[in-house]
Amino acid sequence: MDDTLLLDAIERYKRDEMTAQEKKFFEEMRKNNPDIDQMAVEHTFFLNELERLEQRKSYKHTLDEVENTLVNEGIISKKQIKGRAKLIYLWSRYRKTIAVAACIAAIVSISTATIVSMYSETKQATNLTPLVNFKLNELNGKINQIKNKIDSATAAMPVKPKFAAQFSATGFLIDGNGFIATNAHVINNAKNLVVENKKGDQFIAIPVYVNKATDLAILKITDTTFKKITALPYSIPIASAELGEHIFTLGYPRDEVVYGEGYLSAKSGYSGDTASYQISISVNPGNSGGPVINKNGEVIGIISSKETNADGVVFAIKSRNIYKALEEIKTSQLIKLPAAAAIKGLDRVHQIKKIEDCVFMVKGN
Amino acid sequence: MNILEQEKVLLQGLAANDKKAVEAIYRENYLTIQSFIVKNNGYPDDARDIFQEAMIVLYEKVSTGSFELTCQIKTYLYSVCRRLWLKRLQQMQRYNPSAESVDEIVPVEEELDVHEKRNADLILMENALNKIGEPCKSLLEAYYLQKKSMPEIAKFFGYTNSDNAKTQKYKCLVRLKKIFFAQYKNGV
Repeated sequence: MDDTLLLDAIERYKRDEMTAQEKKFFEEMRKNNPDIDQMAVEHTFFLNELERLEQRKSYKHTLDEVENTLVNEGIISKKQIKGRAKLIYLWSRYRKTIAVAACIAAIVSISTATIVSMYSETKQATNLTPLVNFKLNELNGKINQIKNKIDSATAAMPVKPKFAAQFSATGFLIDGNGFIATNAHVINNAKNLVVENKKGDQFIAIPVYVNKATDLAILKITDTTFKKITALPYSIPIASAELGEHIFTLGYPRDEVVYGEGYLSAKSGYSGDTASYQISISVNPGNSGGPVINKNGEVIGIISSKETNADGVVFAIKSRNIYKALEEIKTSQLIKLPAAAAIKGLDRVHQIKKIEDCVFMVKGN
Repeated sequence: MNILEQEKVLLQGLAANDKKAVEAIYRENYLTIQSFIVKNNGYPDDARDIFQEAMIVLYEKVSTGSFELTCQIKTYLYSVCRRLWLKRLQQMQRYNPSAESVDEIVPVEEELDVHEKRNADLILMENALNKIGEPCKSLLEAYYLQKKSMPEIAKFFGYTNSDNAKTQKYKCLVRLKKIFFAQYKNGV
């Protein structure tokens, strides 16, 4: 037990309990043996720490006692502040913070109001692109004319003269009896209108409802060759759609039907127009008038325009506008909207297969 | 006696953990500190913590014996409290620049760094003591802190003789030192 004796010696030395002779011997030993010296230093340090902890504890105890005395004498008030006093206390404590917060709020609200008013003035109806395909006018129209001439010259039995379109857009059936919803801007100033299905069959149509404010138009197929579709696969809800709903559309930006997918990004449209939605989807001129359909097969809106400066910002007329329109024309036209969506629960490919028969290209000149 | 001499007596009392001296200093200074802290985003409870911490700093300073009084106690305490409180505010991210006052203060940053290091060391020791468990802790405290004799300890803890108690004490001491120095060297 060498270490025990050594520690004992260190402690006795520290407490000054050694005789002069022992002390001399111990100091000599430390000088000659660095290991022992190291141990002595370490142990002394350790014991000092231990004592300091104890001193600190008893001093803290004194502090607490003194504090108690002073609290009892009422010199120190430890009472919790209550009621009105607390309110005043908190106010005086936080009034600087409150003042700063109020200033920031004021600045933010004023500057926001300024910015909003500046932008809403300048942006009025400047950045909207109607999604009608007028390019047809330039090239396709001419080609078609040439083609028509050739057709009429060569075809033995032309079923119908081909229609020389100046524009094309999209529309979809809202009643199997031949009522088609599209945009008002599509049929604007058109003398003649035809609708064409995906097989290429064309039917003459006339507008029965045009509302430039909501940008909604309803066409009626007057052609006798049109075969009624007994049950439309989708339904048209009157209720508002939910933010973030996944939606898709079918349209005719080209001669072929094109599928597009996106989501509902806002419940209001351009400049806060509550009659339309903002959706995020990739569309091109020609998609105008296409149905916006959710996963349950409900047509929640009709694509109408997109913002020129921003990609994927598209606006769609809410489906409840169709109901309003029907209300206005019910005296002259009896239109029955589909009640239930037969495609609910189908996978997307099958949904599209059923829907594409009901989506038409709307052409006019 | 002038003020400086009076304060010297007070500090000597403080170093000896004399309750009267502590009380006199407490009485003299507490309310000033409390009003400073309450004015600067604090509660009365914060004032108590900060003031006691400052009293400990002062105690450590005088109990080492090397303390020369270069300013009045109230200036010293105010400086320490102010520094401690601003630091606390910064930690809570509620720093209040209005605390940059024109009151008389003395620089205390370095002393507070030393104080913090000491605090950390003492916490290490306390943790080590708590880790060795009973009866080791009480045994060591009885011997080293309460300075009881070995026969007394043997009787109190129920050892057959003082040699047995000594062996036990030695074992406990080795364990405590091992734990303490392991943490201490890690920390340094």
